[in-house]
Amino acid sequence: MTSTTANRPADTTPAQGPALSIGGLLRRPEAGAFLGLLAVLLFFAAFGGLTFLKPAGMSSWLNVAANLGIIAIPVGLLMIAGELDISVGAMVPFGAMTVAVISGHYGLSIWLGIAVTMTFGVTVGLINGYMVIRTAVPSLIVTLGSLFAVQGIVLGLTVLITKSTSVALTVQGPAKAIFGDFLFGGQLQVMVLWWLALTAAYVFFVHLSPKGNWIFAMGGDKVSARNAGIPTDRMTILLFVLSSTSAAFIGMCQAILYNSAQVAGGQSFIFNSIISVVVGGVLLTGGFGSVVGIFFGTITFAIVNQGIYYTDFDRNWSALIIGVLLLLAVLMNNTFRKMALSATTKKKGA
Amino acid sequence: MTAPILALKSINKSFGPIDVLHDITLEVRPGEVLCLLGDNGAGKSTLIKILSGVHQPTTGTIELDGQEVTFPAPRVAQEAGISTVHQFGGTFPLMSIGRSFFIGVEPTKGWGPFKVYDRARANAIAVKAVQEMGITRITDGDRLVGGLSGGERQSLAIARAVHFGARVLILDEPTAALGVKQATHVLRIVNEAKRRGLAVIFITHQVMHAMAVGDHFAVLIRGAVAADFRKGEKTREEITDLMAGGASMASLEAEIEGYMASHGGHPPPLTQA
Repeated sequence: MTSTTANRPADTTPAQGPALSIGGLLRRPEAGAFLGLLAVLLFFAAFGGLTFLKPAGMSSWLNVAANLGIIAIPVGLLMIAGELDISVGAMVPFGAMTVAVISGHYGLSIWLGIAVTMTFGVTVGLINGYMVIRTAVPSLIVTLGSLFAVQGIVLGLTVLITKSTSVALTVQGPAKAIFGDFLFGGQLQVMVLWWLALTAAYVFFVHLSPKGNWIFAMGGDKVSARNAGIPTDRMTILLFVLSSTSAAFIGMCQAILYNSAQVAGGQSFIFNSIISVVVGGVLLTGGFGSVVGIFFGTITFAIVNQGIYYTDFDRNWSALIIGVLLLLAVLMNNTFRKMALSATTKKKGA
Repeated sequence: MTAPILALKSINKSFGPIDVLHDITLEVRPGEVLCLLGDNGAGKSTLIKILSGVHQPTTGTIELDGQEVTFPAPRVAQEAGISTVHQFGGTFPLMSIGRSFFIGVEPTKGWGPFKVYDRARANAIAVKAVQEMGITRITDGDRLVGGLSGGERQSLAIARAVHFGARVLILDEPTAALGVKQATHVLRIVNEAKRRGLAVIFITHQVMHAMAVGDHFAVLIRGAVAADFRKGEKTREEITDLMAGGASMASLEAEIEGYMASHGGHPPPLTQA
């Protein structure tokens, strides 16, 4: 396609980026998430002082955000594409247990454990994706099924193989450094680097590469997207593979970090990832959202989750704050989305 | 008269034991609007789906430029230049005009794995294409499609089809959900497409809209072509009559005439409005 934009009248189209106006910024999908993040920062700064912004405090919520964020972004992309994946809650212990059984219980190479874990992650994603496109069953139900099925497999096989529900794993060398160590001998997990790198990759994939457009189109109107020639089936499967592999990856890294794997746990990732995604401005019914929004949403969630420790409040109240935050974020995001829809070009420029 | 772009020869379609289309033979020429009229359930949608590659005919052939073709998938029909615009425009409410316009064929800049979506160019081309079709109110490619009116969304979808080289434009009830003014807008765009030499298949059950743009009319009743005529050969009443199945309208008229005959020429009393 060649450029045909040469001699255009200057008044018709802004050739540069969007006009930098407050309204323009508010209409972006991540606006609500960013304001929510600011509000949470102010709230905890007011009640807990600035300790949670000092290195020790920051690493506590950055670690939470990193582990959650790596799962939340692909879950959010599925939501933008009009699907849900709650099987991530079982994929985390599945990933942890796979690597622990292979490299801990059987004492095989850690690299073999990693390879098998990732393969299992891809496989479950393929199954989820294939079932969603082949049956007309909503993905919530399909992944609810795989959530329980995978939980059953993890518990059944682990007890069968190891006669225990907890398996120890000791990893040394480069695998430990890459997947499950603390940075600079401090408290910051190496996951934070993975999270930042993956977020950058997702921003490129979703917002800059031409294929990102397809995800939004699928969530907007799947039939029209297919008619426009988008391989919707392949994209759906790809997104399910991304989410389940990411969850298995997190489980694997946690097992390497903490030197053990449990059959339980991971359930919290289901709701926490959905909360991060929705607070991040993704529309539950699809077609709208942004990776940067999910990124902010994840940090907001992590700060609320950890910030409570730096205040005088009883930690039991953090769920209340998260609940209220979620509702406020959804209302705010709805308002901003309506603004985006009704926005005209009358007041261009700033 | 030019040669037809697209011709249907004796198309039959049945879903299991149910015959939906019987022996449909139609053709459409460049620069001509073929209006496909018919009541709900007459088989209009099935016919479009056959033309756009969603369904395959059970028997019969489709000819494109005189060559027999098959459309095993929507994509194949599209590549052959047959573009279908559905009632709600097939556009994405929460996407920008530029992104929606180029969905599936995004323009890129950069090189290798770092090719990025070229937003500025997409927006400029989309706005230009829509404006050339006569919708001058759209000036900003970053606006969300959902903020446009129904008529503007239809026009955007038609402009998109025209831009991407459609030769046959199938419009599925484009005016059904629109107000009078919006519908006029869309009809003007249909005329513009026709002026550019596209063959347009315009599906509707609003005779007024059909008469405003049509050159050639086909009325479908229970899956068969009940009438096939050119502009000016039939009046609006005759067409409406045909669409309603003829018989029911005729019996209504007979009823009224019977009443008038037995009441000294007075029509039946009107209910007070």
